[in-house]
Amino acid sequence: MASTIRVRATSNGDTTEVQALIQHPMDSGFVKDAKGDIIPAHFIQELTFEYDGKAVFVADWGGGVSKDPYVKFAFKGGKKGDDLKVSWVDNKGATDTTTAKIQ
Amino acid sequence: MSITHNGFSAQRRLVLKGAGTVALIGLGAGLGVIAFDPRQAFAAANDKYPEEAFKQKNEADAIKALYGKTAEPSDKVKMDAPEIAENGAVVPISVTTTLEDVTSISFLVSENPNALVASYKIPAGTVPSVANRIKMAKTSNVIVVVEAGGKLYSATKEVKVTVGGCGG
Repeated sequence: MASTIRVRATSNGDTTEVQALIQHPMDSGFVKDAKGDIIPAHFIQELTFEYDGKAVFVADWGGGVSKDPYVKFAFKGGKKGDDLKVSWVDNKGATDTTTAKIQ
Repeated sequence: MSITHNGFSAQRRLVLKGAGTVALIGLGAGLGVIAFDPRQAFAAANDKYPEEAFKQKNEADAIKALYGKTAEPSDKVKMDAPEIAENGAVVPISVTTTLEDVTSISFLVSENPNALVASYKIPAGTVPSVANRIKMAKTSNVIVVVEAGGKLYSATKEVKVTVGGCGG
């Protein structure tokens, strides 16, 4: 299966800017479906970006983050061609991981 | 890693028991064990998923559950949010700060069922600036809390929502 994570990391030599887009329903558990039944909560809880064996950014998310979440941040360092590892785990224990090359 | 995540899954099990997905969760927890361990890479004090903070109804309780202290408003915290959000399901909010020693940035929406939306850990070397997209149930204050040098600083802005993001 294709990865749920799309990530672009771009280095300008000094800092690396990272943008990530993840496919996930991010159901908050407060919304009802067409029949009036509550859609159970299903959202990513932790999203981690690792560079060179160290976490450079960790997101703790609740159900209030939009569907197919997007996040952007930047960190100092990061060389073109190096790997950036991205992984998430949701409230049902599902998980996905991908590795992107810094451009 | 398994210690932390087993702890989580026990809580998840409690939360989701009513949904009758216990078997699925067991499977999911098994899969979760393959995931990374944030504790090894990031050894700050609040390195665990703040389950309690995300359950709080209002922003003051959520900030307290997350940080154990209160935030003071600061003009060094700059929030970029729309005046009017036509679609409450997707409200782009970004924050940046000139404060030093930033260790985390959190986003809260007062009128959401659970105020805390997202909390980001900012390790040393990471730029204290985050952009994301959040859901808003209705017109509400959006609060950004920046933890810097052990203290909390906040910025608040009202965002008008024409179509709520939590009504489906």
